[in-house]
Order: sequence, then C-alpha cells, then structure tokens
Amino acid sequence: MSPMNIVIWVVEGTWEGCVDAALERLPAESHFTLLHVTPSDVTEAADAATAGLFGRGFPGRKPSQRYDDIADDEASELLAAAAERVGHPDVELISRHGRTEREVVRAVAEDVDVLVVARDGDHSRLGPKSLGHATRFVVDHAPCAVLLVWPDETPGIESLPPPKHGHPPGHGSPKLGHHSKHDPPPHDR
Amino acid sequence: MPSPIAETLAIVLLVATLGCAIVRPRGLPEAVVAVPSAGLLLVLGVLPLGQAGTEAAGLGPTVGFLAAVLALANLCDRYGLFEAAGSWMAAGSRGRPVSLLALVFAAASVVTAVLSLDATVVLLTPVVFATVARLRLRAKPHVYACTHLANTASLLLPVSNLTNLLAFGASGLSFARFGATMALPWLVGISVEWLVLRRFFAGDLVGRGTTREIRPLPVPAFAATVVGFTLVGFFVTSAFNVSPAFAALAGALVLAVPAVASRKTSAKDVALSIDLPFLAFVLALGLIVKAISLHGLGSLVAHIVPGGTGLGSLLLIALVAAVLANVINNLPAALLLLPAVSGYGAGPVLAVLIGVNTGPNLTYVGSLATLLWRRVLIRRGEELPISEFLRLGALTVPPVLVAATVALWVSLRVVG
Repeated sequence: MSPMNIVIWVVEGTWEGCVDAALERLPAESHFTLLHVTPSDVTEAADAATAGLFGRGFPGRKPSQRYDDIADDEASELLAAAAERVGHPDVELISRHGRTEREVVRAVAEDVDVLVVARDGDHSRLGPKSLGHATRFVVDHAPCAVLLVWPDETPGIESLPPPKHGHPPGHGSPKLGHHSKHDPPPHDR
Repeated sequence: MPSPIAETLAIVLLVATLGCAIVRPRGLPEAVVAVPSAGLLLVLGVLPLGQAGTEAAGLGPTVGFLAAVLALANLCDRYGLFEAAGSWMAAGSRGRPVSLLALVFAAASVVTAVLSLDATVVLLTPVVFATVARLRLRAKPHVYACTHLANTASLLLPVSNLTNLLAFGASGLSFARFGATMALPWLVGISVEWLVLRRFFAGDLVGRGTTREIRPLPVPAFAATVVGFTLVGFFVTSAFNVSPAFAALAGALVLAVPAVASRKTSAKDVALSIDLPFLAFVLALGLIVKAISLHGLGSLVAHIVPGGTGLGSLLLIALVAAVLANVINNLPAALLLLPAVSGYGAGPVLAVLIGVNTGPNLTYVGSLATLLWRRVLIRRGEELPISEFLRLGALTVPPVLVAATVALWVSLRVVG
C-alpha cells in the first residue's frame, strides 16, 4: 500500500496541538505536507486604513510591503518549527497568501487522503463556536477526509451546553411551536 | 456662472480630487489634482477671492499644527518609541492573546490620542503586526484593533485627528476643555470597540504565544519625556491663548536637533515627514468644499443639521456626519458640516466629530473612495477584501456612534 498523503493545516495558536494530534492518530509512514496560509485580509485592512489617510504623512514608507515581508518571514519560521515537531524525513512545506479558507480548500483539491484541522476559540468547553469562520468553511468544503482535532485537552462531556427549550439530551429536538408543561428544567452545567 | 453649474463643477472637482488622492496615479502626490482644481474654481469665479482668503487664513494654522504633529510622531519612531512599545506589549502579554489585545488597545488609544491617528496607522500598526508574528499568534484581532481605534480613539484631543484640528477653532473650546468634554465619549467608544472585537474575534484569540525570544527594549527616555512635556505644553499654551501648534513645534524641534546631530535621522527625513504636498492638498480641499458650500449645499446642510444640544439633536448630527463621512470621506464631510454647526456652540461641533471620526470604520475612506480603491486592488490582481471588515464595521459603528454621543450629552452637562 502506498503511503497516505496527509496535509496538516498549520495555524498560529493551534499548530502544535494539531501536529501532535496528527502524529498520534495517523500512520507514521505517511507523506506529510504542512500548509500555512497568510490571510490577505489583514494586510488589506491595514492598507485600507492607510488609504483612509489619503496616503498622508511619513512619505517613503510603504506599510503594505513591510507587512508582506514580516508575514513571509513569520510563515517560513512557523513552518520550519512545525516540520521540526513532525520530526519526519518526508515533510513538504507549502506557504500561501490569500483568502485563508479558499487557499486551504484549493491546496487539498488533488491526491490528498486526509486534511488535519484544529478547532479555534475557547478550548475549555465543547462548543459552541469551536470553529471559526475559516475553519467552518474548510470543514464544509474540503474535497477530502478531514480529521478535526482539539489542539490541546479535549473538554469533558459535562461542558456540553444545555439544550435550548429545556429539553434534556436524547429527547430529540423540540417540535416547533410545541412546549410541554412536563419538560424538565434545563440541564445543570 | 449660474449656481447649479458652479455647484456641479465644484462637486466634479471634489470627486476628482478625492479619487486622485486614493488612486495616486503614478504615485503622484494628492495635491496634483487638488491644487489646480481649487485654482480653476478661483479663476472661474466660482469661489470669490475674498471667501478663499478667509478660508485659507482659517485653515493655515490648522495645517501648520498638523505638520508639527506629523514631524513629532515621525521623530518618536526614529527614537525607537514604537519598537519599544511593541516589545513591552509582547513581554507584558506573556504570550496570552487576550492580554496582548488589551495592551494593543491601550497603546493604540494613547498613541492615537496624543500623536494622532496617522501615527497609529502608519507607525504603530506595523509594529503590532510584527509583534504578533514574533509571538506566533493570529494577527487579525490585533491589526483590526489598531485600524478601528485609529478612528474611535481619535475623539479625545484636538491633535488626535485632522478633523478635530479643523473643529478645534470652530468649537471655541480650550485644549483642556475639549479634552475634558471628550474624555467620556472617548472611553465609552473604546469600551464598545473592546466588547465587540473581543467577541467577534473569540475564535482567533487562541493559544499561547512563544515568548522565548522576547525581551523588553529599554525605554527611549528622552523621546518619551519630550512627548510628555509636549502634551503638557498643549494644555498650557492653550490656557494662555497661544496656539498649541507651538507646543508641537517645540517638541518636534527638541527631538529633531539631537536626532539629526547623532544621525538617528536626517534633516531630509524630518522635512519629508512634514509632507508639504499633503498640507497643500488640505488647503485646496478646504477651498473646493467652500465653493460647494457657497453654491447651495451649505444652506441645504444648515437646513438638515439641527442646532440644538438636546440628546436627539446630537444623535441626529452625529448620524448625518457619519453618513456623509461614509458617502464622500470624513475630511470633506467635516469641512462641509463644521461651518453649519459652529454657531451653535461646542455640543453640535463635537457631535459632528463623533460622526466623522468613528463613522469611517464602516468604509475607511468613504464609499466613493472605497470604490476607487477596490478598483486599484482588482487591477493589481488581488482578491477583494472580504465582507469580514465590512461586517465588523457594521457591528461596531452604530453602537459606538450612539454610546459616544450619549456620553457627549452627559459630558456637556457635567463639564459644561
């Protein structure tokens, strides 16, 4: 059997846990690709703010060029650190610019077996909103299997938010417009 | 020239002026279209010479003040003040993204208030971006915090925003009274931004940054002290009826002389930071807007904008100002609205500022200019900025506008 093609999406703040989870759960003899995307909207926001000044003040300085340089340096250092963490001879590094979620989906369009994605946000509880905007889009649109991991400790089941309308878990969703007097009180957290 | 034709011509020239300032064809300075446009209006008699003289005399000191503040901020950067602030933020946050965001909020609010929004956008934001990158955290919340606070935190002092400098004369307030009246709206505006951004970017405020290589840099004590004295100087000069521009000028000179002598910077760099073409642009823009105002729009604006200091009037003024700032741009919006309200005292003038300063977080440059700016991006082959920044603007601008205006209303009653 040929080795699996695995892409690990490396994102600031969660990359370490993401790499660890991939190594723990996927075959060690796989071909690993580390993917980082520099979001273009951040530099665009900064550019827009500069445009808002009508380019005034401090001639000769071009913030956007500086942003690109900083972002490129940071991306290559981050990917190098992630590769070191994988500690595998067969690691490919990909650095892209653009709209994060679309670049990730494009990067896994061909010959990828598994994309490893970390959850975002607050990791002290199970949801809600453990998927940020970009992550949600990627999970939704990825043309391959997705391994969605908690980047650190997985929260316990007791952190599951109580159901709406006071229905206990296991009762199914309430029918629209129907409220029973016998519904039990909301689940204790 | 009949008034409708004169009005149309002036509006066309305003649009051309703003368009050129955004697109900057071949990197030409923004004054290239603005100054000839103003000249044309003068030659054709659309703007009478006397009116132009009065307008220019009114704008002159403002433009000088701006020049001194720009030079001061640039020198602070040359002394390493912003680099040092970046290192303190990194060290102080201990790699925690929410702590870092809080420190970015503090730094951006203070820098904007004291050294103007230009300093935050051009000098502080890149440092914040680099700091976040070095910590290996996500840049988005912190960069958006800078760009938003450059507008919202520019409410506090006359020096914080060019629009404030324009209003400062019209308000009839002293530097201290301006600051005292705007302190509460400033704090309230920043607080609302914090609440919204903290929630909006909850998914990105994640993980723990690597602080191994982070060492706080030494404080550039001389530059920090001079800025402190300059700030005191703003209040003192104003109290003695001297233009605070002289305090800014003194601060810039005290920083410039040793910096040039020790080759921290060159005399050319100091001269360039004053940005003469931009100052000419402001003057010309003022004249073009004056011409538009004279031929009908001025009386229309005066008709629409209420003059009272009741809460309803202040809210309406702020709303009109914010809408106008988003339709044309905040600079011409301020030039157009301030004369209409200046007769009604400080309250309406400051409400205009709340609108024109915080409103741009919706479209940054005003929608006309944003359209042009987006075209530039398309031509450069870049993807268009996505809805996220518009969505964030839509979530922050209305509550900031209302909360800050209510705070102004309270402030006017307390401070007087």
